[in-house]
Amino acid sequence: MRDRYPDYDVADKRATPSWNDATRTALDQRLAVHPGPRFLDAAAFATLQALCGRILPQGERTHPVPLAAYVDEKLWLDKRAGFRNAELPPLREAWQRGLAALEAEAQRAYGRGFAALDPASQDALVGRMAAGGLHDPAWGDMPCALFFAERVMAEIPRAYYAHPSAWNEIGFGGPASPRGYVRLDFDKRDPWEAAEAQPGREAEARKANSRVGR
Amino acid sequence: MSTSASPHDPVTPRAKDGRAPDVFVPDGWVPMRCHADTEEVDFAIVGAGAGGATLAARLAEKGFSVVCFDAGPYWRPLEDFASDELAQEMLYWTDPRITGGADPIALAGNNCGKGVGGSTVHFSMVSLRFRPEWFKSRSKLGYGYDWPVTYEEIAPYYDQAERALSISGPVKYPWGPPRGPYPYRPHEVNAPGLILGRAADRMGIKWCSTPLATVSAPHGKSPPCVYRGYCHYGCSTNAKQSALVVWAARAVKAGAEIRDMAMVGQVETSADGARATGVRYHREGEWRVQKARNVVVSGYAIETPRLLLNSATPKHPNGLANSSGCVGAYLTTQSGPGVWATFEEDIRWSKGPPNMAVTEHWNYTDEGKDFHGGYAFMSQGPLAREWGQNLATSRGLWGEDLQRGMADYNHTMGFVPVGEVEPRACNTVTLVDDEFDQYGLKIPKVTFSYSDNDKRLIEHSVKFMGHMLDAAGGRDQWRNDDTSHLLGTCRMGDDPRTSVVNADGRSWDIPNLWVCDGSLFATTGGVNPSLTIQALALRCADRIESLARRGEL
Ligand SMILES: Cc1cc2nc3c(=O)[nH]c(=O)nc-3n(C[C@H](O)[C@H](O)[C@H](O)COP(=O)(O)OP(=O)(O)OC[C@H]3O[C@@H](n4cnc5c(N)ncnc54)[C@H](O)[C@@H]3O)c2cc1C
Ligand code: SF4
Repeated sequence: MRDRYPDYDVADKRATPSWNDATRTALDQRLAVHPGPRFLDAAAFATLQALCGRILPQGERTHPVPLAAYVDEKLWLDKRAGFRNAELPPLREAWQRGLAALEAEAQRAYGRGFAALDPASQDALVGRMAAGGLHDPAWGDMPCALFFAERVMAEIPRAYYAHPSAWNEIGFGGPASPRGYVRLDFDKRDPWEAAEAQPGREAEARKANSRVGR
Repeated sequence: MSTSASPHDPVTPRAKDGRAPDVFVPDGWVPMRCHADTEEVDFAIVGAGAGGATLAARLAEKGFSVVCFDAGPYWRPLEDFASDELAQEMLYWTDPRITGGADPIALAGNNCGKGVGGSTVHFSMVSLRFRPEWFKSRSKLGYGYDWPVTYEEIAPYYDQAERALSISGPVKYPWGPPRGPYPYRPHEVNAPGLILGRAADRMGIKWCSTPLATVSAPHGKSPPCVYRGYCHYGCSTNAKQSALVVWAARAVKAGAEIRDMAMVGQVETSADGARATGVRYHREGEWRVQKARNVVVSGYAIETPRLLLNSATPKHPNGLANSSGCVGAYLTTQSGPGVWATFEEDIRWSKGPPNMAVTEHWNYTDEGKDFHGGYAFMSQGPLAREWGQNLATSRGLWGEDLQRGMADYNHTMGFVPVGEVEPRACNTVTLVDDEFDQYGLKIPKVTFSYSDNDKRLIEHSVKFMGHMLDAAGGRDQWRNDDTSHLLGTCRMGDDPRTSVVNADGRSWDIPNLWVCDGSLFATTGGVNPSLTIQALALRCADRIESLARRGEL
């Protein structure tokens, strides 16, 4: 994918009036996440890592967002959403069962663990899970499509888009307190916002993006 | 980590020992009058949100003794609120609940706050009045139910609420009965709002800058809105006129006590079941009982019926105030399907409050509908995480598709309506018999399904909003489904057989037990409810004062 906001780094604004103390504390804690696993066992964690890699592929990045660590932390803290679908078990049980079932499905279809599959086979299984097409007894009474929609798709993207690296990718302004914004009209950016590169004019955007923290 | 930056440990209460947090000053305090549990106060109010905090302030200003309980923390936004979606999940009601029915409602952050100020701490600030006919929608429009009050009775309280909240809105509001200008000038409309305006102009319908409860100029200690866009995650500047900043502060100043981190588990009743005697509540690790001459339940449309049901006694085996069977029934939400599109222009919809432009066209136009009811719709501005979640869960994108979709974040815009939903007895809040929360209280189950009429309204809105996006030049349209507010589970009425409380919020069964919050709504109309909740609370306070004068309390 084309780099639409080259050299934009939301963290450059850390010391500017766009970030208050509470924000700095929250993001420091986020970046210092425990690598895990603390709740899942090693096998389930490996399955989770592989699954995260398909929901939000991060290629060969030097500093990938540690998605599985965030999910494991949530499970370790047992941080529930505050409601659950009547057909789903509680948070921890749903993840443990879902990951074990995905593993069982991989063994059944390919004779190998989910983490050891090539991306195309992993995607095929994820696609069948999304469509409600997996029925190994390991799922129990938990519909695989519901696990996918309400756990996998809720929690992995939410972890990713809570991370500054993801904000950089999409040109999101990120924290904005107490300063906020001044220019609200179309095609207007404040100097502390990400600049989008027009094709052929990347250098201009790079320059503007190097200044968001001034 | 410096102490002022450390998030407030939300287990220890702040409001006690004669003082409450000063919401306007980091580490600041204001004096607060406190009451002993054994002292029988005039009013114990359960919940310090839009209904409860407003009522607490007005009753205290009238000289009644008031203790207002809230299960959540007493925040100081300036020091406690991060500019971050995930960290601010601390504002939500996340105690366990079950959601079911054919169209299960997503709860927690979507609709329920916990803490002084209630859901208004993270609400979107849209402050609209009911269309007058909606208070008599059965007699005047031929559907739904009549409320036991008229628009004319509520109108002075709408005025009062708009002034108290310094609503920033247009000089001439295009819909409804003639009215004067809003107290504060309208906000500059952001790019998403201008798209709504451009589309409305091309389609020949009216639109305007949304009347919002965030100030466009300084008010008291509130600075003007800085358009940071994190309104759904708490306003860290205090520009937002939430019940925390407006009513709780007024309540404490007038002599009310607000008890944070205090979860009420039961309303206590006398042995003969005829009167409420106080509330049993959990604070600092123990259960205690506050004595009161009157109890008001203001916990919003799930916790209010849950508390009344959890307070059942042999005299009231089906829960308090429930001889009609309506406690927990007629749950309504408002439908909120979204229609989204991509634009050439740089929009950056994260800037500014999320809903800066509105059209109430389909609230005030009755022709051309194949359904009963109305809807308003607004421009939108979800932040990155919320939007990523929407693309994943609603559009079903994952892998590189999700990343490609998200790459258009700054070029995306959409509309979401606040759609009227039919109140139906089959949509309910009930207790789950074998599952308990951290206090050992039975948890609630929310059961919801749309009616055929609801579905026709949704499809009408989706189609119309789609035409609007086309007219504005949007491409790659898609839609999703969602809901917003929760209402109606202790509805007011004229008939004790079919309603829980009367027009004053007083329960038919137990005369010193009252309800004052979103559960009162007999119908929802097509506008966001908080201004109406506050107007009802203001009226309730005046009614209580005159009843007290006549010795009828
Ligand atoms: C994201 C979001 C956006 C919104 N946007 C708008 C908008 O733009 N315009 C609008 O008009 N409305 C909006 N709303 C809705 C509005 O905030 C609510 O309708 C309104 O706050 C409800 O008022 P209430 O008094 O009934 O309950 P709340 O304001 O929710 O207050 C209830 C309080 O009671 C407490 N409580 C509950 N049970 C107990 C108990 N047993 N013991 C002690 N305390 C208890 C809770 O902690 C809570 O603080 C929005 C809501 C959300 C969540
Ligand atoms: S946009 Fe305005 S109201 Fe919203 S959080 Fe920012 S300052 Fe507060």
